[in-house]
Amino acid sequence: MSQQPLLEIAGLKVTFGRGAASADAVAGVDLTVAPGEVLGIVGESGSGKSVTMLAAMGLTPKSARIGGSVRFRGQELVGMPQKGLRAIRGARMAMIFQDPLTSLNPVLTIGAQVAEALRLHNPGLSRKAAMARAVELLALVSIPEPERRVRQYPHEFSGGMRQRAMIAMAVANSPDLLIADEPTTALDVTVQAQIMEVLKELRERLGIGLVLITHDLGVVAGAADRIAVMYGGRVVEQGKVDDVFYRSRHPYTRGLLASIPKLDVRQERLQPIEGAPPSLTSRPSGCPFHPRCPLAEARCSSEEPLLRQVGAVETRCHFAERLDDPEGGIVVPFDKAPARKAVGP
Amino acid sequence: MAASDGILARTWRRPQWLTLPLIVGAAVVAFWVLVALTFHLWAPYDPLDMVARRLQPPSLAHWLGTDALGRDVLTRTLAGARHSLPIALVVVASAVAAGSFLGALSGFFGGLFGAAIMRLVDITLSFPPVLLAMAVAASLGPGLKNAAIAMVIVWWPVYARLMRAQVLEVKEREHVEAAVACGASRTRLLVVHILSLCWTPVMINATMDFGQVVLLAASLSFIGLGATPPTPEWGSMISDGATHFYSWWIAFGPGMAILAVVLGFNFLGDGLRDMLDPRTV
Repeated sequence: MSQQPLLEIAGLKVTFGRGAASADAVAGVDLTVAPGEVLGIVGESGSGKSVTMLAAMGLTPKSARIGGSVRFRGQELVGMPQKGLRAIRGARMAMIFQDPLTSLNPVLTIGAQVAEALRLHNPGLSRKAAMARAVELLALVSIPEPERRVRQYPHEFSGGMRQRAMIAMAVANSPDLLIADEPTTALDVTVQAQIMEVLKELRERLGIGLVLITHDLGVVAGAADRIAVMYGGRVVEQGKVDDVFYRSRHPYTRGLLASIPKLDVRQERLQPIEGAPPSLTSRPSGCPFHPRCPLAEARCSSEEPLLRQVGAVETRCHFAERLDDPEGGIVVPFDKAPARKAVGP
Repeated sequence: MAASDGILARTWRRPQWLTLPLIVGAAVVAFWVLVALTFHLWAPYDPLDMVARRLQPPSLAHWLGTDALGRDVLTRTLAGARHSLPIALVVVASAVAAGSFLGALSGFFGGLFGAAIMRLVDITLSFPPVLLAMAVAASLGPGLKNAAIAMVIVWWPVYARLMRAQVLEVKEREHVEAAVACGASRTRLLVVHILSLCWTPVMINATMDFGQVVLLAASLSFIGLGATPPTPEWGSMISDGATHFYSWWIAFGPGMAILAVVLGFNFLGDGLRDMLDPRTV
């Protein structure tokens, strides 16, 4: 990568609360997104994946304290005044949220909301022109009959259609980066596949860099170029999507992959990762995963491993070398592109 | 119902939101508004003119009799709508405007500023409303205008509280966060994405308060702090009636008028709530 990265997060820390009750939701995260790249961020609830990206957008609540650096096209965003952030949000960097049912204003028409997104960043744009552009945007995200749909209210839209409308709003100003926070979690599976298809198409057409936050490995497998796995507020492993799936060097990633039900192996029970995710207020010493890790030894509870290159991936495990088991013995749950399969006539 | 067999009932079905309280309330309120707007065109007598002998009981010429000065009670009762309704309108509108504005700012910005407004609300609400209105009206001097100012001072905190609660709830909704992510400014957030969802309870409350304000205005006039004679105001008319206790008709007209207006607005408010509140559907 000779180009300057689109988004460069370095040593990002987000802390809620103070003193003994303080919790590091994000405890030092480094991530980069190249222009036009799709980065999947995977992790369970509370792993800090959403907070990381909210902090990047400057959307964390006032009570959060943020440390480290977030550079967007070389511009530092941490500590930037709200006015500067407003000019970037929605214009160069946009976000779509998990729940399309509540993310739209119920008292405004879909068209008015898409037009608003446009006019916020193009003050000269007339109401009429903005509405015309809103129709085009709805067509771009494959909403049928966009001329009629722009005049409807969110309650007249189905969940999948609302998420498309949200995407249309987010890409209204052709941003360089789109952050999708669990964009398909609230939708049923066939609709999920359609939404992923829309996102992929947009990325190909507009060259948007995409950050896909999800706990669904199937979603990233089909869509992402690179994956970062988060655990306990840190990135524990990252690499190209194939490398993470087939050549993982971290017991947590392997546990995640093993816990997915497989279609080709008869299995009576699922294989969960034993234990519970770490509490943010009293994080374990050393490696945050050691209380649940099958490989853990004394060293793991005292010394936190650093992120280092092992094989094809960057991983954060003292014993990454022991996991050297080409193709890992891990059966990847299903074909890499489930989304593409589900769509079609 | 016999009418249910008629053609009308079969072809026109009452929509679900059109409830009985809404119809009754709207009809009563519409009647009084119509009286207030058109009374001068068809008034049987001059409300200020002494048109007959004093203290006449109800008769065909004077349906509600005459008062201590020989004025027609029915005429004065109807004329009273021209005083009570505009006052109620002005008071409720001002209280809603001032209260919602301060409440919305308090809820949206919070912090010390928001807390200061809410403490002011608490202090104002800790006085019995009639007592506070009396004290303010007495210090400003009698007159309908001063009574109106006193009532706004009593009433705005109710709306400040209501609006603040609404804003606090709505501002945490996801569509607000989504609007921030689109780059909306704070003013835009408050006006377009928050306030537009906060009006329903305020409007319902305002409708109900209309009746209450009519009542309070009459109370102030009753004790001599509102309308000054010879203004045909319901409260002061009842006060006149109280001094001529055995001529019951003097107080009967304005008393019924107040009853009808208060009930009408309460019904209307109830009906509006059922109509606008999605939870009742």
